[in-house]
Amino acid sequence: MTEPLLSARGIGVRFGDVDVLSGVDIDIRPGEVHGLIGENGAGKSTLGKVLGGFYRATHGSITVAGRRQDRWDTPTALANSVAIMHQELQLVPALTVAQNVFLGLEENRRGVLRGTEATRLVALMEQSGLFLNPEARASSLTIAEQQKIEILRALARRAQVIVTDEPTASLSKTEIDRLHQIMRNLRDEGRSVIYVTHFLKDILDVTDRVTVLRNGRKVHTRDTSGESKETLVSAMLGASKTETLYPEKTRDFGPVALSVRDLLSPNGAHVDRLDIRAGEIVGFAGLVGAGRTEIARAIIGADPASGTVEICGKPLARHSIGEATRAGIVMVPEDRRGQGLVMTLPVRANISLPHLGWLSSRGVMRKTRERALATGLIEQLDVRPAIVDGDVSNYSGGNQQKVLIGKWLAGAPKVLILDEPSRGVDVGARETIHREIGRLAREGVAILVISSEIDEVLGLATRVFLVDRGRLVDEIDPDMFSEADVLAALFTHQGMGDDAA
Amino acid sequence: MTRARTLHFLQTYAVLILIGVLIVVLSLSSENFLTTRNLLNILNQNAPLAIMASAMTLVIIVGGFDLSVGATFAVGSVTAAWLAVNVDPYLGLLLAPFVGLLFGIANGVVITALKVHSFLATIATALIFKGIAIAVSDGRLISVRIDEFIWLGRGTFLGVFNSIWVMIVFAVILTFLLTQTTFGRRVFSVGGNEQAAILSGIRTDRIKIAAFAIAGFAAGLASIITTSRVALGQATAGEGMELQAIAAVILGGTSIYGGQGAVWRSLAGVFLLALVNNGFNILNIDPFFRDLTMGLIILAAVGISAMGARR
Repeated sequence: MTEPLLSARGIGVRFGDVDVLSGVDIDIRPGEVHGLIGENGAGKSTLGKVLGGFYRATHGSITVAGRRQDRWDTPTALANSVAIMHQELQLVPALTVAQNVFLGLEENRRGVLRGTEATRLVALMEQSGLFLNPEARASSLTIAEQQKIEILRALARRAQVIVTDEPTASLSKTEIDRLHQIMRNLRDEGRSVIYVTHFLKDILDVTDRVTVLRNGRKVHTRDTSGESKETLVSAMLGASKTETLYPEKTRDFGPVALSVRDLLSPNGAHVDRLDIRAGEIVGFAGLVGAGRTEIARAIIGADPASGTVEICGKPLARHSIGEATRAGIVMVPEDRRGQGLVMTLPVRANISLPHLGWLSSRGVMRKTRERALATGLIEQLDVRPAIVDGDVSNYSGGNQQKVLIGKWLAGAPKVLILDEPSRGVDVGARETIHREIGRLAREGVAILVISSEIDEVLGLATRVFLVDRGRLVDEIDPDMFSEADVLAALFTHQGMGDDAA
Repeated sequence: MTRARTLHFLQTYAVLILIGVLIVVLSLSSENFLTTRNLLNILNQNAPLAIMASAMTLVIIVGGFDLSVGATFAVGSVTAAWLAVNVDPYLGLLLAPFVGLLFGIANGVVITALKVHSFLATIATALIFKGIAIAVSDGRLISVRIDEFIWLGRGTFLGVFNSIWVMIVFAVILTFLLTQTTFGRRVFSVGGNEQAAILSGIRTDRIKIAAFAIAGFAAGLASIITTSRVALGQATAGEGMELQAIAAVILGGTSIYGGQGAVWRSLAGVFLLALVNNGFNILNIDPFFRDLTMGLIILAAVGISAMGARR
């Protein structure tokens, strides 16, 4: 067996009082794409960051090409040809592509730039097959293009090992395929890629070996060729579970709970008519940028809009979120870090935020009531750790999502809009969330699910609308359509066969 | 594990630890330090700054900065003195805080309507307020040697200076607002994640305006204490107080990034700065070392609070 390029022994990481990783051994061989997979909170991302030198491990050792490293941080890692591509891209927006790629490596004469970055980039692009306009500003690029910069950056530093942390989260299907092709090319040149992701399909598609983590410990490392979705999921979950099952669909609807007419917003939402009955789950499927979120924002009053929105027959008096919340229509936003949770507030305060009105009297908080509310929701949604005053910023993505959903369930809404309810969430939390959506529908809540995962929309909803450019272009029966059919239909509607997916 | 805990403890209570250390050192170096008289004097002298720093805490938690409170203080000073001389001394004391409130509201409206960062907006409004103060006082000192005016700054109640009572009541009210009311919760949420607050139905602009209004009110309140004490209204009063107030807030451990903090922290910050000052006076040390030490203490406090922020 070839000697590993990078190997780690007994890696342990502790944040505060929480062991995020413990006793992890891993070897990265030259010329392999090595997948790291696990539930959110299993420690895959942390392990990737430790290997890339971004986090210091509390325990354990790192050996590169046979030499043990005492100090393993980003500069040392780079000096040892290990580069990391962050989940959040680290680019200087005002600089050009070429300047970003060679940031810190500029050719200069006593500090005076020679301005050779563009020429050097052209050479690098020829060699790698990744092409971008060297003179474009980083701020003008799509996320996929920005990721290319990160990869080129790693190549410019002659990296032998490249750590990528959830690189596909915001990419379209074609872009993902291209990224995978790049990974394969890198592997064929004898470089190694560490691929952290929660997409099983991607792991099966491109990796050579895969390491499964569970609760901060390594389950095993195996050749990907012998794995399947089912075996990976059961390794991640511990028990032998198979792919998520969706809750049983009920078709026992009540009267119309949400009724939207002639909704028009400057952000592109244009809905002539949408009715959702109590107990019904309706789905929105669409390509990225199709305007699904914009429709939801217009309905709940987050964006200015004209038209009428009626909840259980009563029109909303004003077009504002406060009014919508009081009337019983709420939206769980897609970006839990950016729009959902206040990371500096504890779990309790996050849950009560939209409900301060009835959790207070004369402006003074009723803290016992607030605690009781939070405790109930934590239990109902199985939030872990189950601490009312827990520091939500330390929670895993799945548990943050549960807190976010809890925040909006706290007001016992009549209409619930969920935008990407399980994005970046592990299998276990996903199941809990789906089960909860099913339960709410049975209790008579009207639900609108927006998801980029067509599978999720089809699995949950009894009626699905295809959305394109802010309009509801078609209505389908999810039981009669497959994922592939829906995708094909969406591309037809989009007409131009654009890149986005 | 224990290291992380120690660090967390240090970050939470750094300011109290420093105060404790200073008290021990100063008590050992001079017998004049640990006397009721000296301690009450320190509090009395710093009550106006403490009032302004308490209110600045809200502004910083909500994610802003107010560089105009020094100028608002000047407006308060000349308004109170002018009214006291020309109309009625009690009216002067009563109206100045509300003039400050109006100026604070103006700050808030400018910031939310123009959507400019409060740092920039209040640099500009500070100049405008300063100009108003000069206009009101006609560039002259306004002497107010009237008993009905100076009782506030010089008098005592139950053996303790009035200014200290005002400071305590004000800080207690702000603490109550911040920790027990829906307004306080909204303040934290706007500074912690404005988008999330908006999507939770919170009118974030109103919360910001309210925070700046309170800061303006506090500047007016602080100004009447000082003006009454020195019996002099002047347009140069309050210069540099905005920076001292901000330094005290940060020294206390309130996050400059917003979303986290407490009023008691800012009081502790003010007290810490005051102790350093007092210590140098008592020990008769070259003022050069005083500024140097204060600078180093602020750097250390900011450093400690930044240590854990990187995750």
